[in-house]
Amino acid sequence: MRSPAAGSPPAVDVMGVSHGFAGKPALQEVTVRIEPGEIFGFLGPDGAGKTTLFRILTTLIAADAGEARVLCLDVKRDLWELRRRLGYMPGRFSLYPDLTVAENLEFFATAFGTRVEDQYDVIAPIYRHIEPFKDRPAGALSGGMKQKLALSCALVHRPAILILDEPTTGVDAVSRREFWDLLGELRAGGLTIVVSTPYMDEADRCDRVALIQRGRLLAVDRPGAMVQSFPLPVVEVRGPDRYGLLQGLRKSPHAHSVFPFGESLHFVDRREGIEAGAAAADLAAFAEARGLPLVSAEPGEAGIEDLFIFLMGDAEAVSA
Amino acid sequence: MTVEGTAGQPGAPSVEVEALTRTFGDFTAVDAITFRVEPGEVFGFLGANGAGKTTAIRMLTGLLAPTSGRARVAGHDIEHRAEHVKRRIGYMSQRFSLYEDLTVEENVQLYAGIYGLSDQEIEERTHELLSRLDMEARGRRLVASLPLGWRQKLAFSVALVHRPAIVFLDEPTGGVDPITRRQFWEMIYEAAARGTTVFVTTHYMDEAEYCDRVSVMVDGRIAALGTPAELKEEFGASSIEEVFVRLARPEGVA
Repeated sequence: MRSPAAGSPPAVDVMGVSHGFAGKPALQEVTVRIEPGEIFGFLGPDGAGKTTLFRILTTLIAADAGEARVLCLDVKRDLWELRRRLGYMPGRFSLYPDLTVAENLEFFATAFGTRVEDQYDVIAPIYRHIEPFKDRPAGALSGGMKQKLALSCALVHRPAILILDEPTTGVDAVSRREFWDLLGELRAGGLTIVVSTPYMDEADRCDRVALIQRGRLLAVDRPGAMVQSFPLPVVEVRGPDRYGLLQGLRKSPHAHSVFPFGESLHFVDRREGIEAGAAAADLAAFAEARGLPLVSAEPGEAGIEDLFIFLMGDAEAVSA
Repeated sequence: MTVEGTAGQPGAPSVEVEALTRTFGDFTAVDAITFRVEPGEVFGFLGANGAGKTTAIRMLTGLLAPTSGRARVAGHDIEHRAEHVKRRIGYMSQRFSLYEDLTVEENVQLYAGIYGLSDQEIEERTHELLSRLDMEARGRRLVASLPLGWRQKLAFSVALVHRPAIVFLDEPTGGVDPITRRQFWEMIYEAAARGTTVFVTTHYMDEAEYCDRVSVMVDGRIAALGTPAELKEEFGASSIEEVFVRLARPEGVA
């Protein structure tokens, strides 16, 4: 466990939070602490519970069980105070499409009892990108610009923490990178940022991440430490017939899982503790014996998705 | 001028696009794009938001008439034989195309009926589809009650129920877990191996590497087209994501 600011209270403290909808559990005993000044990412697919957790943290729904504090304020008892101090960007576009860019921003500023001019320094890093279009109706903006306007509106009351629910979903790879660059700038200004995403490759942009699936946290750590914790050897395999190779390698007695990763396949060997080099050699021999053409089989490195797949498999085995 | 259909001719391209253009007022959404997609190919259609992908797909699926240029899909001219095109293609969008308050079987039957299959074909294909998905036991369940991953696989199978020559998949894997995402791609490979042409858009750049060939649209034009290996070589990049970022990074404004 790292403690960036020893002794300082966490920005978010979630203790055993559970919540269900119509008898179906959406969150099950979630416990996590988020430190001040970090970018903390919740990574998981649709339906994992990310939005439910964020709605609890932003005081919009009350959890069935457990406790949560944000900025040392209890999400149930201190909701009015907390609402003034947090910035929230919901997953769905939540602005007024027939108000202009400037009018949307004015609206949110006024609702929080402030003025855009007084807060300009806070929103400037984001808002200057869309300011040339300030007289355009928000509904007529491109996806990337809508996202920047929504972020400006979430920032206009100078929140101490920013909670962003899937800000990059459905956004192309280039715009996603730019958005993360902006979050990096805000973090440099000292803001705590809690963000959710279904894109596992965004883990590297976070200080720490939690993997979430079916309402449970599978793991919480720094992304680098997380992939290093991967317990099994990984072999990176390339061949001319990817699909044939995938099918063929799954028949190996040592296969834990075989999945495509970009241009190669990741073969995860079920034998814990053997060298990845030895696993690669065994795999090459297996492929040759089966007549599966290979271009290469080399020791590989697990990524966040490998770990997610590994932990998901475990979770599924447990729940089955 | 339109040419009579080459539908059914072996070796004819599944998609053949020539200088296809669409303008809205003085804005050119698709700017004279030209390319071909061969039968059984998995073709990745990439581009930043707003680059013109959706407009191009709407034209190729017979939903929007081009301003100029032409295209043939499954052997039919998209402008003059749009109804023929629609019958020969399948389509699955990001947000699915299933009716949540119908059962699994009812969804399959509904789509098979819309595509004009006979009662006997509908029964056979419903059975075949459910068995292939290992979902026989779930046939009477409401789609709303299925996990997201199942729904996605079902939606894909339903898009193929009338055995189209080509299937258009618009961000089919958005929001699913990493295993389901990969299982979905295995279904794509299977469909391609059976001869179905797959035309797919995605924001996951690792998925671009799974395609036989990819194109990258920038400002209405096709800025690059080739196999993933060719594109990486051409741009001296280590991944398709790098190729994409270099091509698509908008200059100037947000």
